[in-house]
Amino acid sequence: MKTMLNVALPKGRLGEKVYAMFEKAGFPCPSIKENNRKLIFENEECGVRYFWVKPSDVAIYVERGAADIGVAGKDILLEYEPDIYELLDLDLGKCRMCVAAMSGWRDDTRRTLRVATKFSNIAQNYYCSKGRDIDIIHLNGSIEIAPILGLSDVIVDIVETGTTLKENDLLVYDTIVPISARLIANKASYKFKGSEIDSIVTSISSQLEEGK
Amino acid sequence: MHTTVGSAERVALSLRALYNQYGYSQYKMSKFEEYDLYARNKDFLISDGVITFTDLSGKLMALKPDVTLSIVKNSKDCAGVRKLYYNENVYRVTKGAHGYREIMQVGLEAIGDVDAYTICEVLLLAAKSLRAISDAAVLDISHLGLLSELMAFIGVPDDKEAQLVKFISEKNAHEMTDLCRGCGISEENISLLRSLFAMNGAPKCVLPELKALLSGKVSDAALAQFEAVICALEGSGVEDLLRIDFSVVDDMHYYNGFVFKGFINGLPGSLLSGGQYDNLMDKMKRSDRAIGFAVYTDLLERLEQPADPYDVDTVLLYDAGCSLSDIRRQAQSLTAQGISVLVQQTRPENIRFRQLLKLSGNEVKLLENNA
Repeated sequence: MKTMLNVALPKGRLGEKVYAMFEKAGFPCPSIKENNRKLIFENEECGVRYFWVKPSDVAIYVERGAADIGVAGKDILLEYEPDIYELLDLDLGKCRMCVAAMSGWRDDTRRTLRVATKFSNIAQNYYCSKGRDIDIIHLNGSIEIAPILGLSDVIVDIVETGTTLKENDLLVYDTIVPISARLIANKASYKFKGSEIDSIVTSISSQLEEGK
Repeated sequence: MHTTVGSAERVALSLRALYNQYGYSQYKMSKFEEYDLYARNKDFLISDGVITFTDLSGKLMALKPDVTLSIVKNSKDCAGVRKLYYNENVYRVTKGAHGYREIMQVGLEAIGDVDAYTICEVLLLAAKSLRAISDAAVLDISHLGLLSELMAFIGVPDDKEAQLVKFISEKNAHEMTDLCRGCGISEENISLLRSLFAMNGAPKCVLPELKALLSGKVSDAALAQFEAVICALEGSGVEDLLRIDFSVVDDMHYYNGFVFKGFINGLPGSLLSGGQYDNLMDKMKRSDRAIGFAVYTDLLERLEQPADPYDVDTVLLYDAGCSLSDIRRQAQSLTAQGISVLVQQTRPENIRFRQLLKLSGNEVKLLENNA
């Protein structure tokens, strides 16, 4: 029986774009395009199995070996720090991890900085590298309202176009790191399915080069 | 029902036999170390957390999160090489777990005048340890000495070394390239690093390429030692497991020289990890050198065979009026046939059995057959 390569794709538009790249790389699975609620799709002939997972969970599936490879945002990789190989920057889903605050805000270094974020680890590492004492307020959504309501001084969050910030009278004060989707691989899978993984990496790399 | 010794126990037994064969003696750790030992070498430990308690004299002690530190601490500088192995439980916080776990770990250490042969022997035993567990195994070998000499040659600033090493460990060529460009490293040297990244395979294929790539950029002695040790493993019967892969890195404050990681098909992460840790010896003001590895046998439960569909072959029920010797005799006659038997008065709940027997007087009746 042919060894199957398990691929975790992030649900949504990004995942669809990524699937197109895999298809072009010689790993098609036509059933994935059917309009249904199935989450797992298999093409035994090509030796590939795709599954849709929540974007923030892709890294967990890959790190724990349920998926051999997957596509995850750099924000998730920095936050969760999974023990995986990061093989390729797919140049998709580009945005920035930023520090934002109300317009007119000034950092008062005599006080502990209150930081509201979904990305506690990234915020912690960033301010630690700057030697700034902070109080992390972990939120799961609507981060932008934290400074407006006085819950925090700043927020650390993903900024794509900046429209939400603008509409809430917030400004970007610093860019921590640029974010994009990355092709990741489980370390053990790479040892035993390395040639399949490498052929995908090579093909997608050349697709990216062609697209430039 | 076939009961088998669990993978971890079976592997531990075969590894002990293997290490004994090569003259390693068992290190038994029956006392507790002071917390200070682990606090001073926090980065050497896999997990951050250490379980502490205060002993009768008021000292802060710890349940061991690691065995290597104790072996180093308790072995004294002396001539020759002390070869030890251990099979101990350690107490760690594993990633993602919200608490401590007791983990069985098997490993070995060679401490003293560690020469090229000792390194070769430890690599051989690491590969043989993997083979004892599975044929589908890989031992990735790298050399931090070569890597750090190469980083010095291409001029990686000290404050960027850790970040670069992280990218190397992730095979993250794109960010490594950005980092190097940001440090003003030439495109030629970036491509040198990228070539090193891409090298990954059996020593026979990779060594000539590696020599050509690193020649003149790292010391001849380091390159020659690396080659000599790897080549000496040719014909050892485990050479098919060996891969050279420079993405295997470890904390350079503790490790130097050879570092390696073992993988088994079917397990998501590395099962075996080890290397030369002369820098730890230096930190502990020791003049002797050291190399060792650990096998995380707790991970083997992921490799366990599919569970038996039955918990027990036979459930034997008996009446209150049955004589004790009849019950004992019936149970014994079943076990003598190699049949496992659970004896009790009432039908058990949540137990899967092949057959249900009932002993009334001295007569046995079959009540149920699920086989």
